[in-house]
Amino acid sequence: MKRILMPALAIAGKDLYSEWKTKQVVTTMLIFSGLVIVTFSFAFDPSNQAVRALIPGMIWMITIFAGILGLNRSFVSEQRNDHIHGFIVAPIDPASIFLGKFIANFVFVAAVQMIAIPLLFVLFDFRALTGASILYLTGVVFLGTFGFITVGTFLAALSANSKSSEMLLPILLLPIATPIIIAAVQATKIVLIDLEAISGAMSWMQLIFVYDLLFFVAGLILFEYVLEV
Amino acid sequence: MIQSKNMIKTIGDKMILKGISLEIDGGESVAVLGPNGAGKSTWLKITAGLLKPTEGELFIAGKSFKKDHLNLKQLIGYLGHQSFLYDHYTPVENLTFFAKLYHLPDPGDKIHRLLDEVGLSFFKHEPVRSFSRGMIQRLAIARAILHDPEILLLDEPHTGLDQQAVQILNQVIQRKKKEGVTVVMATHDFPQVMSVCDRAVIIKAGRVKDDVSLQQKTADWLYDHYERQAVQ
Ligand SMILES: Nc1ncnc2c1ncn2[C@@H]1O[C@H](COP(=O)(O)OP(=O)(O)O)[C@@H](O)[C@H]1O
Ligand SMILES: [Mg+2]
Repeated sequence: MKRILMPALAIAGKDLYSEWKTKQVVTTMLIFSGLVIVTFSFAFDPSNQAVRALIPGMIWMITIFAGILGLNRSFVSEQRNDHIHGFIVAPIDPASIFLGKFIANFVFVAAVQMIAIPLLFVLFDFRALTGASILYLTGVVFLGTFGFITVGTFLAALSANSKSSEMLLPILLLPIATPIIIAAVQATKIVLIDLEAISGAMSWMQLIFVYDLLFFVAGLILFEYVLEV
Repeated sequence: MIQSKNMIKTIGDKMILKGISLEIDGGESVAVLGPNGAGKSTWLKITAGLLKPTEGELFIAGKSFKKDHLNLKQLIGYLGHQSFLYDHYTPVENLTFFAKLYHLPDPGDKIHRLLDEVGLSFFKHEPVRSFSRGMIQRLAIARAILHDPEILLLDEPHTGLDQQAVQILNQVIQRKKKEGVTVVMATHDFPQVMSVCDRAVIIKAGRVKDDVSLQQKTADWLYDHYERQAVQ
């Protein structure tokens, strides 16, 4: 286990440190999220109660598009000096590469969410938040993002070798991630707007959890074949 | 140390290696010669674990590479056409990262010693982006030997280097040879072959065409021999 985790942390650490130096990915993601939030807050009257129903959709829209921005770069950025070949000739399990890239991608998106979601609540004047709903929301966002980035990391590696990887990734990703996005939006809606019906959110979350587990384990096991040159 | 048994590699419907059988003993230094497109790089990549052979078997240190590749990769240092280095990282940051991939517990001192050896200690905190080809290759060789591999696989390491870089590269290879490391080098550079290698394998069109000892031979002899074997 340690033999998988340590190199994974090294790879994740490398990506996070690169990002710390260049700030390219997270900045792009933040600008995009800001644009979404500002556009929507002008398009709809934030003081109107009905407009709150948009918030769950916006949270996931930001996650999906910010996620794709990061995922697209995740493996393409390893191609300049054939870095990925450097990983393959190193004595590390392919699962480490998957795990490392997953951690880095997850952290990027989580960082954007931590800024964008509170901003969303402020701009849409959403005051119905309670301690419980914040807790549930964190859980739903965590589980949903986990699954989305799991599938995304796997498919990003798969499509990175293609010349049109920027187009290929979303085409592959969206159909496969659709169940998780539907479940996440539904669960978020319940948590934010109708906390009484929390048991409904729970069953959506169970669905997401199973999906996460399945794809995460599949990713760890199958990543070896994605790397095959 | 390296046994390649009837190795075949097909990509698409093209047969690149048509059955390469080679046995290289521990401590030998072998030049792999041959015209462009002969399959030298492909064979080195398979031996480094970058490609999987279509057929045939590879044994490293007596063990099947297929079965035990994670541990056996620890014994191999590979320097291909690409440096694998990160442009926006400094030499120290690059080597620290690769030390982690090779499970080295406390690489600090070693990294500084290696950077000294390849003459980059002055630039060790500059991003690699600004380096010349020679400097990058010096850092790349440091990367390849960082984990003290027992086998060094070099793919045209001298190509495009300045005189100083060639000298440093040769010094490093000579030192590794003295330590008993097995060196395999694909190259077109006959003077370097003579100064580094004691055996030459000529590959042509995916087959081993010839396998000669270089002891007490001159560069001229090798050149003539190569011309007769490879070109025609
Ligand atoms: N990924 C690949 N797909 C198709 N053909 C390849 C690939 N890699 C190498 N080749 C072909 O295999 C042959 C041998 O290549 P290589 O091993 O690089 O030769 P060398 O290093 O001896 O010049 C060449 O004809 C090359 O075009
Ligand atoms: Mg070559």
